Amino acid sequence: MSNSERPNQLFRNLNAKIASIPMVLTALVVFVGGTAWTVLYSFTNSKLLPRLNFVGLDQYHRLWATPRWLISIENLLIYGVISLVFSLVIGFVLAALLDQKIRFEDTFRTIFLYPFALSFIVTGLVWQWLLNPDFGIQRVVRDLGWTSFSFDPLYNSSIVIYGISIAALWQGTGLIMCLMLAGLRGIDEDIWKAARVDGIPMWKTYLFIVIPMMRPVFITTLVIIAAGIVKVYDLVVAQTSGGPGIASEVPAKYVYDYMFFAQNLGQGFAASTMMLLSVMIVIVPWAYLEFGGRRRG
Amino acid sequence: MRYKFLTAAFAATVALNFAGPAAATDLEVTHWWTSGGEAAAVAELAKAFDATGNHWVDGAIAGSGGTARPIMISRITGGDPMGATQFNHGRQAEELVQAGLMRDLTDIATKDKWTEIVRPKSLLDSCTIDGKIYCVPVNIHSWQWLWLSNEAFQKAGLPVPKDWNEFVADAPALEKAGIIPLAVGGQAWQASGAFDVLMAATGGTDTFLKVYKDKDATFAAGPEIAKVFKAADDARKMAKNTNVQDWNQATNLVITGKAAGQIMGDWAQGEFQVAGKTAGKDYTCLPGLGLNEVIATGGDAFYFPLLKDEAKTKAQAVLAETLLDPKTQVAFNLKKGSLPVRGDVDLNAANDCMKKGLAILAKGAVMPWTDQLLSQDSQKQKEDLFSEFFAKPDMTVEEAQKRFAAIIASAD
Repeated sequence: MSNSERPNQLFRNLNAKIASIPMVLTALVVFVGGTAWTVLYSFTNSKLLPRLNFVGLDQYHRLWATPRWLISIENLLIYGVISLVFSLVIGFVLAALLDQKIRFEDTFRTIFLYPFALSFIVTGLVWQWLLNPDFGIQRVVRDLGWTSFSFDPLYNSSIVIYGISIAALWQGTGLIMCLMLAGLRGIDEDIWKAARVDGIPMWKTYLFIVIPMMRPVFITTLVIIAAGIVKVYDLVVAQTSGGPGIASEVPAKYVYDYMFFAQNLGQGFAASTMMLLSVMIVIVPWAYLEFGGRRRG
Repeated sequence: MRYKFLTAAFAATVALNFAGPAAATDLEVTHWWTSGGEAAAVAELAKAFDATGNHWVDGAIAGSGGTARPIMISRITGGDPMGATQFNHGRQAEELVQAGLMRDLTDIATKDKWTEIVRPKSLLDSCTIDGKIYCVPVNIHSWQWLWLSNEAFQKAGLPVPKDWNEFVADAPALEKAGIIPLAVGGQAWQASGAFDVLMAATGGTDTFLKVYKDKDATFAAGPEIAKVFKAADDARKMAKNTNVQDWNQATNLVITGKAAGQIMGDWAQGEFQVAGKTAGKDYTCLPGLGLNEVIATGGDAFYFPLLKDEAKTKAQAVLAETLLDPKTQVAFNLKKGSLPVRGDVDLNAANDCMKKGLAILAKGAVMPWTDQLLSQDSQKQKEDLFSEFFAKPDMTVEEAQKRFAAIIASAD
């Protein structure tokens, strides 16, 4: 009945829809199409050039039996937890400190955000030098008199991934701080005043009032950090090239190495499909809870 | 639309090319020869090619073959082929040839009688797929060399060892003198290559072929190979203090006497030469680690992608002939420290080490190398294993051998 009165849904905001066609096509062809192609060819034994010669799950069996892949996954987990927890905590604390109406706020903000202007390659090289036992921090401390001081994370298989995490935190925390600061500035002054009138201590106000109000900012930040974690590649290449041995390998590097160095596309595709799958396992339930539950008309 | 502009731009440049003087054709040649000695050698090739009236456009890609090959391959498969490109002859370009992307050189080869001049014959065999010749070998490189710093042994008060076993016995004394006994850089192919050399030297040619050619996994898990792993374990202990990445940095440790030795191919010789060192006096070389004097006939070759441009296709043929020219062969190989691919050239200027290599070659004591026997995929798995083995002292020999046998079992 009401259908005849309302114009067809398809033609509402026609201009906007036409304008978004290129992006929709890009998304469909490049992202969805490319993904489907990759998944399809991961079931083949393609070597240097893609070939449709299906071998079932062989590539996946081999992948999960490869020590290097298992080390990569373990490294990604450690790196992920560290960068998630520390960049959120440090970023928020820095933002909260800057929010105390201090003097020279602009200067501090610039200093903290500056590393973000550097690429991961430059960051990696800078920290490679800093962490080099013969030139960097260890040398400086030893020259000061503590001759037994030892700090060479990049040359120690068991802690090398922490050395890489340090560089990543140095580079990325500034951005998180800025996002948090923007979130803090979005909190109404009156809320602070009300909290003060009620005699709530400052840390409690942050923890129980401000942070829950900043939920959207936290979600944005979380997505940005998580995307950065899964795709980490250039930092490792610049800092250690996966070494010592294969102790600091990450999944993205496995994909690249097997697709191009080993001339085994099938294996590389299988690994990248596994990366996609792990992202989906995290994202899909979350997206469902976040957007699926409360659709408003 | 952007596509159209690009096409127009390309068309314009092509038109300009044809309008210009007919002779001087630019031919881009990609390669990964970037260390001091290598760059000096490739300059000789460029000089010889420029002398034919064409122009060599140097497309050096830094960062060793592992970095360069993916770039070269994606340019060829992506429709932007260069005029000519270096590969190690063997199986690296196999699929490119099968996909019909490379130029068949058989006509030039028959005209110039390559089958008669190229020696040993196995070199040309590696360039041949289905009876057609696809590449021009330019040099013979063998991995099986131990480079020793005479200065380091003098400092430790030891005579220069004559083979690997003596070298291992000297390790504690070298360490006491503050010298790294064996330099092994962090790049994965170095550890993997050193292991192959140890296998060929301590196990012998037959053992090597049984593992890599016949891919006998039971044999690879057996006692013969356990002995090789024992030697690799020695090497790992001797190399534990090397904190460098690139092979030429590791060679530099030997040149400066900070390290006593290095297992590295004869390309290391170019570095000694650039540093002004004399073979026999400043450094000693032991082919086959002094145990098994056989050299592998790996090496470099040039492949020519199939091009549409006629002038460039002609220039490719000129380059192919230039590369095998006796004069170019001598000039190039002297600088490179490798052996020429033809037996009829005069190498009086060759130094001590090269003469040792030539003598072995003349005896016919040659064997194929892993580049010819294994696919890149198996090579990469092997590299992963040995870079881990060399960097991780708590990885046991038994575990490493088990994983090695598994790689051989699935190798192709």
